Amino acid sequence: MAVLAHSAGESGRARRPNIARERSPFVVALHDAGITALIAFGVLLPLIGFQTVQNINEVLVLRTRWPLLFSLVAIIGASRFVYAVSVAPWLARRAARPVAAAPPGWRSLVGRWFVPFAIGFVIAYPAIVLFSAGFRGALKWVDNFGIQILIYVMLGWGLNIVVGLAGLLDLGYVAFYAVGAYSYALLATHFGFAFWILLPLAGILASFWGILLGFPVLRLRGDYLAIVTLAFGEIIRIVLVNWVSLTNGYAGIGGIPRPSFFGIPFTADDNGFAAVFGLQFSPIYRTIFLYYVILALALLTCFVTVRLRRLPVGRAWEALREDEIACRSLGINTTNTKLTAFAMGAMFAGFAGSFFAARQGFISPESFTFLESATILSIVVLGGMGSQIGVAIAAVVMIGGTEIMRQLDFLKDIFGSTFDPTQYRMLLFGFAMVAIMIWRPRGLVATRSPSVFLTERKTIAADLVKEGHG
Amino acid sequence: MDYFVQQLINGITLGSIYGLIAIGYTMVFGIVGMVNFAHGDVFMVSAFVALIAFLILTTWLGVTSVALSLFLMLVAAMLFTSLINWVIERVAYRPLRGSFRLAPLISAIGMSIFLSNFVQVSQGPLNKSVPPLVQREFVLFNRNNYPVTLSYKQLIIWGITAVLLLAFWYLVARTRLGRAQRACEQDKKMAALVGIDVDRTIAITFVIAAALAAVAGTMYVMYYGVVSFSDGFVPGVKAFTAAVLGGIGSLPGAVVGGLLIGLIETLWSAYFSIDYKDVAAFSILAITLIFLPQGLFGRPDVEKV
Repeated sequence: MAVLAHSAGESGRARRPNIARERSPFVVALHDAGITALIAFGVLLPLIGFQTVQNINEVLVLRTRWPLLFSLVAIIGASRFVYAVSVAPWLARRAARPVAAAPPGWRSLVGRWFVPFAIGFVIAYPAIVLFSAGFRGALKWVDNFGIQILIYVMLGWGLNIVVGLAGLLDLGYVAFYAVGAYSYALLATHFGFAFWILLPLAGILASFWGILLGFPVLRLRGDYLAIVTLAFGEIIRIVLVNWVSLTNGYAGIGGIPRPSFFGIPFTADDNGFAAVFGLQFSPIYRTIFLYYVILALALLTCFVTVRLRRLPVGRAWEALREDEIACRSLGINTTNTKLTAFAMGAMFAGFAGSFFAARQGFISPESFTFLESATILSIVVLGGMGSQIGVAIAAVVMIGGTEIMRQLDFLKDIFGSTFDPTQYRMLLFGFAMVAIMIWRPRGLVATRSPSVFLTERKTIAADLVKEGHG
Repeated sequence: MDYFVQQLINGITLGSIYGLIAIGYTMVFGIVGMVNFAHGDVFMVSAFVALIAFLILTTWLGVTSVALSLFLMLVAAMLFTSLINWVIERVAYRPLRGSFRLAPLISAIGMSIFLSNFVQVSQGPLNKSVPPLVQREFVLFNRNNYPVTLSYKQLIIWGITAVLLLAFWYLVARTRLGRAQRACEQDKKMAALVGIDVDRTIAITFVIAAALAAVAGTMYVMYYGVVSFSDGFVPGVKAFTAAVLGGIGSLPGAVVGGLLIGLIETLWSAYFSIDYKDVAAFSILAITLIFLPQGLFGRPDVEKV
């Protein structure tokens, strides 16, 4: 809300520059805060001031929420005041001060050790959680945080190939995720194929769909490409909803076989994983196994992407992003280059989709809405397009952050028992997307390391990297 | 034939609503060059404002005159939605002007998610239904026991849409503000050099877009009598399809596109399959963009090196 206050206040000053100079800054701040509060009152009046509820006769009636409305308005006005009095002068002072040369030590040290440390941490994560939270408590942490975040890290890295490297804006990425999930679910339930056979098959099918959908949209650029991919994603979802004889519609497909530990199922009986290894049965083993599977898949995605960037096709992707016309004049086959990007991205989404189906045991079209595509795209953009580490950090921040919202039961003590933090999850998610875009439009990681360099390897500012036209 | 005429009437009504939303997309795209993803949700918010205004008028103030309450609903929805969209532009889009191309799009997607969830949190996730405001209808002709009817609310929608489009056309084509808008659309830097306040013009464009979306939202509540927090996305995409079909940046195109989309959707549901009616709109969107990216009335986009 400080952003709202900031921009609203600017107009106040811009229109009355003379008055603002004569008055004391305190009065100006008070004046700005008043205007901000007034605007906030107007904006919040209809939807916060009134609530529509159904009474016993199922007729809509209105309820008023004046205390909530006025406290929100007061908070917004007060934060605007605090901003104008303390934060804005501080920002101005900081901007006026010459930039001191930052001590180079810790930043480069963090940069050098971050990746090995992060990989070590994610490998050790289940063990850490197991020791600190015990068998029962660990399940939630490995499943909701570990696996959930890693799925989005993998999807983010997959989409990063299309958006970050090739510069093709894809808003329908979730379609390929759905293709992977449904291929695994249908083939496993009808033909009984195993997870390890279907995983590559789902990837191949998804990349096939990537080529199929990529082909007609090749000549589109920019926002138009984004909208058409969105349309394709929605069409696939609507078909999944309505083709009941194949997909069972909204009811979804249940009873999808779970993956086994290379042939040993995770069951409680004598042939189960726990019995074979002489352990006591617990559902945690399957979860930990799934955690390592998705970790391996995600790292594979990253590894393949990093290696591909050094191959001719990867360089062609990045060249395409920088300048398509120059690419064509240099003899790069743009059609094939774009299609390979689509196919590679779709393949990893297919892997992730089949893993998702195997992990959930149940899938329905509800899991593949446009919101998912938007989430994955925002992870890529917020992390910094083309930056592998940035995408991973963004996935942890966005997905982990919204998952934490589920766990905040103590807020019920503050706001009363009817307060449900989970419903504010997506609200904050949308807000965070806007806020990060304003705060750091180039993403959380604002440097890129080019794959081609003259004499020494170095990072460059993300502003120098183009975002592609297609 | 009778069935066809009835569907035609329904389709034009739906198309009017789409056309009003589509103008918002086309204007904003023309002047700022961004797909305002949150516009569908602004429409949904306006429908909620209209709904609340309706409840205040009928249950608290006891207004019985249909014309008066409809007029006040319209005014309230336009006023508050304009203010909300003005703030959205200020907060979420203006700081990103001059930033890289994807930034406003991502911000708009975030805003769209924020708005629909804000309504869900503040008003509850259930469908909100109200008793019909206008019920009378008259039978145009009745052959083979199939009465072709035209309801008053359909007539009201046609009438209000037509009046507003005329007013809007006058605004863009004949006034100083309209000239400023067209100038900003062509070249923002040059417009600023000749003394046009570009930021203000863009803000007014967002306000007008929101006001027209609010008209559509009010019509939507009056016509269907039900609205929910998730009603923004699909009408938004369809209105965007209408804008694209008409040629993005072209105002008559948006209206014609809206009517076409409304007709195609209604006829598709009537003759083929109601389950796949959204597929019709989305396919048109894809086909138009692939084969006719400049739309029916748009200028072809010339690629420059």
